[in-house]
Amino acid sequence: MNRTKSLMAVSLLGSVLIPAVVSAQEMLSDITDRKKPITIWGAQFEEFEYRYSDADEELAVWDADIFYGTDDLKVRWLSKGEYAIEEQTYEGLENQLVGQVPISKFFDAKAGVRFDTPEGPDRTYAVLGVAGLAPQWFEVDTNFYVSKDGDTSAELDAEYELLFTNYWILSANLDATVAFSEDREIGVGKGLVSTETGLRLSYDLIDRSFSPYVGVVHERKYGDTADFAEADGGSTEDWFAVIGARLSF
Amino acid sequence: MKARLLAGALSMLLPMIALAGEYDLTVDRIKIDTGDFVKEGIGYNGKSPGPELRFKEGEEVTINVTNNLDEMTSIHWHGLILPFDQDGVPGISFPGIKPGETFTYNFPVVQAGTYWFHSHSGFQEPDGAFGAIVIEPEGREPFRYDRDYVIQLTDKHPHSGDRIMRNLKTTPDYYNRQQQTVGEFFSEVSEHGFMDSVKDRLAWGDMRMMKADIEDVQGFTGMINGKGPKQNWTGVFKPGERIRLRFINSSAMTYFDVRIPGLDMTVVQADGNNVQPVNVDEFRIGVAETYDVIVRPRDAQAYTVFAESMGRSGFARATLAPEEGMQAPVPPMRDPARLTMADMAGMPGMDHGGMDHSTMSDMDNSSMAGMDPSSMEGMDHSGMMENGDEVSDPFYAKGSGIAPTAANGGKFLSYTDLKAQKPLYEDREPTREIELRLTGNMERYTWSINGVKYEDADPIRLQYGERVRFKFVNETMMTHPMHLHGMWSILDVGAGEWNPIKHTVSVQPGTTLYMETEVDAPGQWAFHCHLSYHAAAGMFRKVIVEGGPEASQPSTEAATDAGGDA
Repeated sequence: MNRTKSLMAVSLLGSVLIPAVVSAQEMLSDITDRKKPITIWGAQFEEFEYRYSDADEELAVWDADIFYGTDDLKVRWLSKGEYAIEEQTYEGLENQLVGQVPISKFFDAKAGVRFDTPEGPDRTYAVLGVAGLAPQWFEVDTNFYVSKDGDTSAELDAEYELLFTNYWILSANLDATVAFSEDREIGVGKGLVSTETGLRLSYDLIDRSFSPYVGVVHERKYGDTADFAEADGGSTEDWFAVIGARLSF
Repeated sequence: MKARLLAGALSMLLPMIALAGEYDLTVDRIKIDTGDFVKEGIGYNGKSPGPELRFKEGEEVTINVTNNLDEMTSIHWHGLILPFDQDGVPGISFPGIKPGETFTYNFPVVQAGTYWFHSHSGFQEPDGAFGAIVIEPEGREPFRYDRDYVIQLTDKHPHSGDRIMRNLKTTPDYYNRQQQTVGEFFSEVSEHGFMDSVKDRLAWGDMRMMKADIEDVQGFTGMINGKGPKQNWTGVFKPGERIRLRFINSSAMTYFDVRIPGLDMTVVQADGNNVQPVNVDEFRIGVAETYDVIVRPRDAQAYTVFAESMGRSGFARATLAPEEGMQAPVPPMRDPARLTMADMAGMPGMDHGGMDHSTMSDMDNSSMAGMDPSSMEGMDHSGMMENGDEVSDPFYAKGSGIAPTAANGGKFLSYTDLKAQKPLYEDREPTREIELRLTGNMERYTWSINGVKYEDADPIRLQYGERVRFKFVNETMMTHPMHLHGMWSILDVGAGEWNPIKHTVSVQPGTTLYMETEVDAPGQWAFHCHLSYHAAAGMFRKVIVEGGPEASQPSTEAATDAGGDA
C-alpha cells in the first residue's frame, strides 16, 4: 500500500478560519436504493417434464412462473402447457397475467386475466386468486375464474414437500377444478371437473436452480366432464410416469 | 459558536504540531480465491480484506479513496467516532463516491483499539470490500503482549450479494440445508415418542417457522484474513510470547463460535474498548463485533484457531505456529443447533396457552414459564441449568436452542462477563427510553423495526446532550447485531458504570436487551442490523441528532473538530 506518514503542522487555518456558516439548513436526504423498495425478479419452472401415459401417450409439460416486482406489488406471468408429442398439438395451453399483493402475513391476493389457447376453442377468463403458505407448510393456490361468456370455475392447487434429506425431496401436489356452470364446447361439465395428483422425487443438483426428478402423475375427470370425454372418445383417467426437472433462474 | 471556535483554536495551539497521516485506498474489482472456489469480488488496493490501516490515537488522518468500480462506492469506518460527514454512509453522511472519483476523508483519530472499515454501498461489503483498522493508544495499554495479529473473519459465498438477496426474497429457505428431515423425525420419535414428536412438528408447522432457521445464508466458506480453511492463514510466534489476537467479524451474515484448542484466551477488549480481562475457552463473535484476546502458547507446537458458524453450516480455520507450514488437528463441527419455542417467545400473537407445555419443554429442554420477553430483569440470572450442568446465558432466552456452550465444557464468554476497563462516560440516569421492536417476516424475507421497513420509516430523532436508553425487543427468531453509527452503545449488562462500551450489540431471539447512548455527536447517522441482507430488506433507520454545537450540515472542512469531545 502506498502509505505516507509524516509529521506535519496541522493547519489551524483549515479548520478554524473557514467561516462556519452553519445556519440551519437541510440535511442530506437519503435517495439511495436503500430507501427504495427492493425490486426483484424470478423465473421458475415448477414442472418441466416428459410424461408417458399408461395408454402410451407422450406429453411434454411445463408449469412456469415468471415474476417481477416488490414486496407490495408483483406482476406474474403463469404459464402451463401440455403438448402431445405424437399429435403435435397442445392438449392444454394456459397463460395468466396477474398482479399480486400481500393481504396477510402468509397470503397474497391475485387478480388478472387468463388465456387458454389449446387445440380447439380458446377461452379468456378473469382471474381472482389467493395464494400463500398454509399452516403445516402446505403451499396453496386457489383461483376463481369467470369466462367471457360468464362461465365460472374454481381451481385449488396444494403442494407439500417432504424432505428425505436436505437434497432429496418428495413433493406431493393436488390440483382440483370445479365448474359452477357447464361449458360443453371445451368439455367441461358442472361440478367436480378433474383432479391431477402428482408425486415427484427430486434431487437439488445445482443449488435450487436445477433439480431433476422422476415421478408419477394421476389425472382423472369426473361427472359430466368424464361423460363428455367418453362421448368424445377421450380417456377419463390416466396414469403417467414423468421425468423432468425443477428449474429456477 | 464563537466561543467554541475560540476554545478549539486554543486547544489546538498547545500542541502546535500534531501527528498526521495520509493513506491511499483504491476500490477494485478483484478475484477472490477461497480454496473451494474462485469468485469475482471487490477489494481495496487489489485484495480482500484490504490493507490493515494502522493509526495512532490523536492522529489526524487523511484517506484518499479512489473508486475504480463502474458503480458508486463508499467507506464506513466501523466503530470510529468522527464527524458525521466522514462516516461514509451514502444518503446519510455524504452522497457517495462516484466511479472514477477520489474522495478524501479527513478526521481526527480520538480513540484506540481494533476496528474495521467496509463499503456501505449495495452488497459491496459481502462481496469483499472490507479491511481492518488498528489504532495504537496514546498512553500505555493496560495489558502486555509481544506481538499482535488481526484475525478478520468472513463468510465468503460463491454467489454475489445481489443474487443472494434475490434468492432469499424469492425462496427464503433457498440456502438453508439444515432443515428437519424425515430421518430427523424418526430419531425424535425414538427419543421422545411418536406423539410428542408429531405434536412438536405440528406446533412449529402451525407457526410456519423452522427450528433450523439459524443461518439464512449457508454454503459459504469461512475465511480468516482472506484465506479459506484449506489455505490456512498462519500466525507465527515464539513459544512463551503473549500474542494479541484482534478478532473482527466482517461476515455478511454469520456468527462464529471461536476457540483455540489447547490455549486459554483472555478477552481484553470488545468493540475497540478495553474490558476487564476475562479468561474464556470459547466466545461467540457477532457480525461486525470485534474481540481482542491474549493467548500465550508456551510449547513449540501448532494451534488451530477454529471458528465454527453459530448454525454449524461452515467454519473458518487458521493456525498459530512457531513456523509456517505446521498445523494442528482441525476439530469436527458440532451438530447444528435447533431453535426452541423459547426462541419464539418474542413473537406477537403466539398462542402459548394452546400448546402442550409439558410436551414442548420435554422436546426443547426448555421451560415455557418465565418467557416474558419484555423484561431481562425478570430472568433468573443465576440458577438456570441447561444440559444438566451449564448455567445459561441471560442474554439468550431461557431454554434457547442457540445459547452457546464451550466445546471443552469450559467457560464460554457471555455479555455479562464484559465490564469496561475504564468507563468512558459518567454514569447517569437516561433521559428517556426508546423501544425498538426488531420485527420481520421470514416467509417474505422482510425485516423491519417496529414493523416498518426503512423505505417507509421516519428518522429517529435524538436531542444532543441526552442519554437515551434503547430497549430492543427481538420479536423474530433470528439474532440481530444492531449497530449505531457515530455514538457508543453502552450495553446494559447490569454492571452500572462498568457496563461495556460497544458499537454493535447482538439481540438474541425472544429476548429484550437494553443499551444506553450518550447523544454527543451532531448530524445524522445510520442505525441498523449488521446482517447485510436484513439491513437491505429494511431493518435500518436513520438517526438524526438535533441541536448541539454544529446543528446543521457543515461543510467537510468545518466539521473536523466534532467527535473529539467524548
